[in-house]
Amino acid sequence: MKRLTRFIKNSWLVVFMVPVLLFIYAPITWLITSSISTRAQLLAMPPRFFPENPTLKNYMDILVPGTAVSEVARTFKITLGNSLLVALVTTVICLIIASLAAYALARLRLRYKNNFIMGILSIRMIPEISLVIPLFIAAARFGWLDKPLVLIVTYLSFALPFAIWMLTTFFETIPIEMEDAALIDGSSRLNTLFKVILPLASPGIVSTALFIFLLAWDEFFFALIFTSTTASKTVPVAIAEFTGRYAVDITAMMTGGVLAALPPVILALLFQRYIVSGLSAGAVKG
Amino acid sequence: MRKLLTLRQQEERDGFWMLLPAIGVFGVISVLPILFTLVLSFTDTPLSNPTPQNFVGLKNFLAFINSKDFWASIWRTFYFTSVSVGLELILGLGIALLIHSKPFGWQFLRASLIIPWAVPTIVNGAIWRWIYNADYGALNGLLYSLGIIEKYQAWLTKPFLAMNLVIVADVWHSVPFIALILQAALATIPREIEEASMIDGASVWQRFVHIRLQLLRPAILVALVVRTVEAFRVFDIIYVITQGGPAFGTVTISYLTYLESFTYGHLGSGSALSFLISAITLMLALIYIRILYRPEVQK
Repeated sequence: MKRLTRFIKNSWLVVFMVPVLLFIYAPITWLITSSISTRAQLLAMPPRFFPENPTLKNYMDILVPGTAVSEVARTFKITLGNSLLVALVTTVICLIIASLAAYALARLRLRYKNNFIMGILSIRMIPEISLVIPLFIAAARFGWLDKPLVLIVTYLSFALPFAIWMLTTFFETIPIEMEDAALIDGSSRLNTLFKVILPLASPGIVSTALFIFLLAWDEFFFALIFTSTTASKTVPVAIAEFTGRYAVDITAMMTGGVLAALPPVILALLFQRYIVSGLSAGAVKG
Repeated sequence: MRKLLTLRQQEERDGFWMLLPAIGVFGVISVLPILFTLVLSFTDTPLSNPTPQNFVGLKNFLAFINSKDFWASIWRTFYFTSVSVGLELILGLGIALLIHSKPFGWQFLRASLIIPWAVPTIVNGAIWRWIYNADYGALNGLLYSLGIIEKYQAWLTKPFLAMNLVIVADVWHSVPFIALILQAALATIPREIEEASMIDGASVWQRFVHIRLQLLRPAILVALVVRTVEAFRVFDIIYVITQGGPAFGTVTISYLTYLESFTYGHLGSGSALSFLISAITLMLALIYIRILYRPEVQK
């Protein structure tokens, strides 16, 4: 009954709901529509927002080898693989290094802890563009340019401070008694971290892993500078290239866009709860 | 015989080893590079031969102070940052309040917000570039069908308009971040406080200003600073939508740095610019730390 009255009382809010939902979904609809239209249909004037004869041809062009017209479309699958590799490896390395550091910061009494936390926050603020020139020079010297390795290593510069910050927040919420019991029973610190803290903090770890994966998947600037061929090019670079040197291949660009957006969007929707708690922990401390 | 360590010393020792990998990584890929950037900024090093050479002192910095392009890009960056973050905050707060009053379909709205947030920045740029397309774009199609414009417009050929259209694309992508953070913070406000104020006869507006806005302040400040720092370094979305054009109308400070370093091949002045960006960002970071890092957190 109470719910019903609230429902009626709030029904006028639809006035706001509708424009907000339109603003969210109109661009997405346009993206998907463009990816299932033929080029001829897209060039109709004025455009149709729902295609007459939807087609999966654009997806076939990208996903089935040999059917593609342009080179970017033909190699798009490879860049999807590169993105996946880079994002996954970055996430794993980050989680390992960050959980060690976060444990120390959340639990141990250390002399320079505050300085270290300040340092992490400052490092998190350094824009990629301020690091890129020296990293570019170093990568050229070591012959690391155009290898997935260089992306994995450089992505740590923004992913690691983020992961440490987030995990520290999550570790602090775990009751200390559990671990004291383990320590008194003679368990080593590492053992305690792996057997007691990590299992208890698993929601936090899932959140952190998701955020790191999304950050790495999204990254464009380092990939633009450090990669040049399909050996290491990631999806964002491939999508940007649909417009660059070649004439804009709009259907391929939109189809690539859908494919690039699907993994993060699906992950984020599946783990919605973790995203919301992660946003609060990662940004709003305490 | 090994010396026995006190518990405190043991903690220090374990902590050192646990922090060491992170310290190593930061040293090599963050601290050293930023110092190297500073060194390069006093040189005239070409991209074709990237070893620090030709020390020129403060010449690069002085050149920018006297450069119209530099000040124009700074102004554009501040314009982009303040307008997009301002809009995002207002819309984000509005949407958070909307979700909080739990109208029909609020769960659907909250889930929907995740989508623009999760769409990669480059894809976001690609979508909007296509929406703004002069010949076949959806914006032209929509406005034409509604009879608002008489003929198709080339939206991205006017510098100031192009900048504002890039802002719209950025707002679409970033409003969800602020809305979700504020919505989570709103949910933590104890119901009793609001009920008590209602009993005391506070109006809806008073309740909003004196209770919700006050209790949301930490979350608002954090969202603001995170977004400000991010918007200040905007690059990706501009690269895809306008490539800095038309007539340099969307060249922000990051974009100018990119052009200077990798298009014109002046690593020296590029480094000087990127060091300036870092300095401004770190100033913003100091604000961030002051807001976020409350000493009572330490144990």
